[in-house]
Amino acid sequence: MTLQEPKQTKFKKSHINAAIRYIILIFIGIILIYPILWMFGASFMENADIFGSVGILPPFDRVVWDHFPSAWQLSTHNTILFYYANTLRFLIPRVIFTIISCTITAYAISRFNFPGKRIVFTIVIVTLLMPEVAFRIPVYVLMRDLGLLNTFASLYVQDMFAVNSFFVFMIIQFMRTIPRELDEAASIDGCNALQTLWFILVPVLRPIIISVGLFTFMWGMNDYLGPLIYLTGAETRPLSLALAALVDFDVLVPFGRVFAAATLALLPTIGIFFACSRYFVESVTSSGGKE
Amino acid sequence: MGTGDNAAPGSDKKAAIKRKIKMTAYFLLIPWFIGITVFRIYPMIMNLYYSFTEFHPLGEPSWIGVSNYLEMFTADPVFWPSVVATLRYVLIGTPLVMAAAFFIAFVLNFKLKGVNLFRTAYYIPSILGGNVAVSILWVRMFHPIGPVNTVLGAFGAEPINWFANPSFAPFTLIILSAWQFGSVMLIFLAALQNVSPTLYEAADIDGARKWRQLFAITLPIITPVMLFNSINVLLRHFQEFNAAALITGGGPLNATRFLNLYIYEMAFPSLRLGYAAALTWVLLAGIGVLTAILFVSSRHWVHYND
Repeated sequence: MTLQEPKQTKFKKSHINAAIRYIILIFIGIILIYPILWMFGASFMENADIFGSVGILPPFDRVVWDHFPSAWQLSTHNTILFYYANTLRFLIPRVIFTIISCTITAYAISRFNFPGKRIVFTIVIVTLLMPEVAFRIPVYVLMRDLGLLNTFASLYVQDMFAVNSFFVFMIIQFMRTIPRELDEAASIDGCNALQTLWFILVPVLRPIIISVGLFTFMWGMNDYLGPLIYLTGAETRPLSLALAALVDFDVLVPFGRVFAAATLALLPTIGIFFACSRYFVESVTSSGGKE
Repeated sequence: MGTGDNAAPGSDKKAAIKRKIKMTAYFLLIPWFIGITVFRIYPMIMNLYYSFTEFHPLGEPSWIGVSNYLEMFTADPVFWPSVVATLRYVLIGTPLVMAAAFFIAFVLNFKLKGVNLFRTAYYIPSILGGNVAVSILWVRMFHPIGPVNTVLGAFGAEPINWFANPSFAPFTLIILSAWQFGSVMLIFLAALQNVSPTLYEAADIDGARKWRQLFAITLPIITPVMLFNSINVLLRHFQEFNAAALITGGGPLNATRFLNLYIYEMAFPSLRLGYAAALTWVLLAGIGVLTAILFVSSRHWVHYND
């Protein structure tokens, strides 16, 4: 009996420890998720119920259902689908080009021996830390001279050329874990370099390629500055710019309608995140990624 | 390339294969090479040139020497407030995000049911945070009669006019940034999970208390990750644009007119590409100096064991 006693207090202690951790985690989780839930709840409320309230459920007798239909008609002439389509018109090419160009570049750097390889790798690492602002104005001038201002292409031409060193680096890191014997066997069987990449490596690289695609997509959905600079026309207006026009809404506009629009804008991102959260969490933790 | 005369046929073949490998690699790197020269190196050089010019977006640059820099440092009433606003945001925001991320990772690093669920949930703000929709939300959260003031009022605080007061407005943005600690936290968590349990077992046997273990074992081991994270978070804060442009619009009284926002305003709405290019170099210098401080000082606080 005397021997068991310290063991029991230790057992109890670990339970208290676990309880404290759960309480902290749940408390923080509520604070973090609250703004999103509040936004969603408030999109069913009248202005009077949004003001001065912290509740996330609308009063049962005053649930407003028509904020979502009216938010769907985002502007006088266009539904939210028009703006979504415009966003996708630069985002889909961006995702595809980023994946292709970054994979090929990473393949060349990690699988071939050639003079200058170390210099190439060093440039990739150095450009990892280069902020976008360093190139912003000259790239704008370049786009102007190429006649690409106010075209969707201005937001994806760069991505054809593996300019995102972060993704190149991520794929290189992943490729290092794949045994070289695989591609050597393929080249003995007569595959050329691109065939080896496509038939042998790409299937193994699938998780990292999906991660690259997802991050490109997410950052593109959040991109406001790019469209602000390059997509100045009404016909090319993407979702981020259409939403930005709603930030400075005044009191006369139903807030619920604006929240409904914001909710509609976040839904695809949230949906994709939950469908693929495994890829996000894994790639951030494995390669020490950005946000 | 060998002359074949004194080389054995076998090594000739080898050389041919080597040459083929080399040429394939160069061929595959063509897009990257174009990208890096046309969209990275060339623009960097041009940015330096533009900073010494007057440049309207519809015209061509014309050389004006150091006038842009002179104007910036001596005559521009917005420049110094913008530098101060940027530094305040960086110097308060970075440690805050780091501390929050480390604390949560520390709490999460425990064998508990549902840890993965928390891990995923905490990451959501990082995914959404930059979205324009979240800026809409933040304006309402900090509205004079919004939920933040309502909660503070429950504790007896007077309502704060967050966006009208230059000492409070930056905090709405700092809080938004802190809300997005998720990715940094995930990297910390992965590092914590990599610390070998035998180290803690040994410390337990030696009778070291948990707090002592945190400072003597955990923190030293993850210092390389801490360096990596702090550079990333620093870069992120220096480049903040969306929140300042949309939520506070740079105001009130330039309290949130971060350099990245000011550069945009000078380049596009004000049509002064040359002046904006000069401002860019100030922002890059700020990033360079603080990153260098982190790197140089890291010799004293980062431990590399392998």
